[in-house]
Amino acid sequence: MKLWRFNGGLPALAEHKNESIHLAIETAPLPKQLIYPLSQHIGAAATASVNVGDRVLGGQKIAQANGVISAPVHTASSGTVVSIAEHPIPHPSGLPAPCIIIETDELDEHLAPSPIEDFRQSPISELINIVREAGIVGLGGAAFPTATKLDVQNKSSNIQTLILNGAECEPYISCDDRLLRERAEKVIEGIDILLYILGAQQAILAIEDNSPETFKAIQKATAEYANPLISTVKIPTIYPTGGEKQLIKTLTGKEVPAGHIPADIGIVSLNVGTVYAIQQAIVEGLPLTTRIITITGDGVKKPHNLEAKIGTPIKDLIDCCNGYTSVAERLIMGGPMMGFALPTDEIPIVKASNCILAASSQEVATEKDPMPCIRCGQCASACPASLLPQQLYWLSRSDQFQKAEKLNLFDCIECGCCDIVCPSHIPLVQHFRYAKSAIKSQRLEKQSSDKARDRFEAREARLAQEKAERAERSRKKKEALKNKEKPTLATPKAPLPSDNVEN
Amino acid sequence: MSFLVLIIVFSILGLLLGFVAIRFKVKGNPLVEQIDKILPQTQCGQCSFPGCKPYAEAIAKGEAPINQCPPGGEAGIAALADLLGVDPLPLNEENGVEKAKMVAVIDENTCIGCKLCIQACPVDAILGTAKHMHTVIESECTGCELCIPPCPVECITMEPVHETLALWHWQKPSDTEDKAN
Repeated sequence: MKLWRFNGGLPALAEHKNESIHLAIETAPLPKQLIYPLSQHIGAAATASVNVGDRVLGGQKIAQANGVISAPVHTASSGTVVSIAEHPIPHPSGLPAPCIIIETDELDEHLAPSPIEDFRQSPISELINIVREAGIVGLGGAAFPTATKLDVQNKSSNIQTLILNGAECEPYISCDDRLLRERAEKVIEGIDILLYILGAQQAILAIEDNSPETFKAIQKATAEYANPLISTVKIPTIYPTGGEKQLIKTLTGKEVPAGHIPADIGIVSLNVGTVYAIQQAIVEGLPLTTRIITITGDGVKKPHNLEAKIGTPIKDLIDCCNGYTSVAERLIMGGPMMGFALPTDEIPIVKASNCILAASSQEVATEKDPMPCIRCGQCASACPASLLPQQLYWLSRSDQFQKAEKLNLFDCIECGCCDIVCPSHIPLVQHFRYAKSAIKSQRLEKQSSDKARDRFEAREARLAQEKAERAERSRKKKEALKNKEKPTLATPKAPLPSDNVEN
Repeated sequence: MSFLVLIIVFSILGLLLGFVAIRFKVKGNPLVEQIDKILPQTQCGQCSFPGCKPYAEAIAKGEAPINQCPPGGEAGIAALADLLGVDPLPLNEENGVEKAKMVAVIDENTCIGCKLCIQACPVDAILGTAKHMHTVIESECTGCELCIPPCPVECITMEPVHETLALWHWQKPSDTEDKAN
């Protein structure tokens, strides 16, 4: 199969996969507490559907989706809801957010699963509904509600290609690799289900060429499943080839236009972990309550690939890895390139958590003092989104957001390639993150100021109307008084009309 | 002959112009709308005008300078200067100083339900009725502080906006580069 090459990227990035890639998936023990943030996905936060004190069973829905772009939340084990309150969540801000906290009772009782016998006998809408009700979101990191992705694209019904993203390009992370190696046949079955749902003509499973054993396992499973529409492709290991748009370019040569989604060019792309979750939801009837996560870095004694219950506090997973080493410096969720630092290990893992990196000071890029930009252009050569980072840097630094937006700031995937190649050590991605979030909050401010204007104008109109009504009333009163006065003067003995009313 | 043709052509064009002038007449001053869009809609009156729209009208007429809006701050002045093609001015300190957005909070134990703050609020963000406790709808409060002076029991305070995930944004990286320069 012919492969294309996206712009830039880092072919020689240290992978650090050996720390964990040979470790088989183990099941993490049941923690004492499970903490479920109501917002584990892109879109509206879910609404809690249980109360404090309720007993819940594993697989039970504890929070409802709130609209189309949202996802429900399920418990992973049985226990009691002890609180619904703010708790720190995995987010770069370190701010707390509403969470449902469940104390587990070690009985680990579950609701009976309701599997589908043969998915081909079920209408597509029903299958999509199962995916929605199972709370499945993109497990590669973006956490977009998968059912919405499948549904919207089904309406345009012009999907030719399904791309399965097994390119785990970020250093250290090995959860997708282990999943493909150990549960290949289930992932392939999931692909088959997706082909049926989407009506696509082909499915391409892409894996980086640094993992030949996984490729062998997947090829074997594909051959056994014998669906001619499914093919597997080995792609060169270049960071960030696992980025959605980069992978699409690599496999098809097509570029997703700025501000568009892959569906607009007939492609749906899903992470392999998501495919496994879909298979589990439809064939086994299980909602998304566990995920595979890599715990690695010099900061833990024994790295692991764990199948952990979503909602497990990170400290329980670290205990599972025999605890921290003396060099543990920083806790990072995600990989070293695109992940973010966590303030505490009390934070639970969420649906999108693919890796916990307990990093030593050597493993995290220590901040060097930035030097002036010399406009060497290396960042532009390295940018996998074909942007002009040096230009965006000037504009972000001087708060010229409109101009930065014109240069497609929002196409930046924050992969960090420009940071790595910059000879002046400028924290470019930091500047872009700042500019992006500042633009977003400006938009929010704009919305609220528009609302304030509407309310102000509505109030002015109301006051004017009240004033006019008052004037009208006093005019009428005066008129009535005048009319009254005249007849009273003429016939003083005539009864007043108001007297009649009162009697 | 050609003279006649010219007269006819010109009278047709004249009629056309006259029609267009009536049909596509611009109602109001579009500049006012544009200026009003830049102003923060706090409706606080710190600019010495009774609201953002009146200030926008005054700017459009050239009766007021562009540096009288403290909530809009330097960024607002820069945007106005950009729109009007004039040089930005520093904020006029007589009108106030630029500060982070706050919201009004009513101490519910002290409130006597006098309705004075309700009448003062320019955006109807205070809820309550006579002799009953009042409260501020936080999401609608613009932080204009107009409700504070009328309160007879001084139960209204300004508090910083509760930080939420939606409002949070990344800090600007410190300009260590300037140090290097």
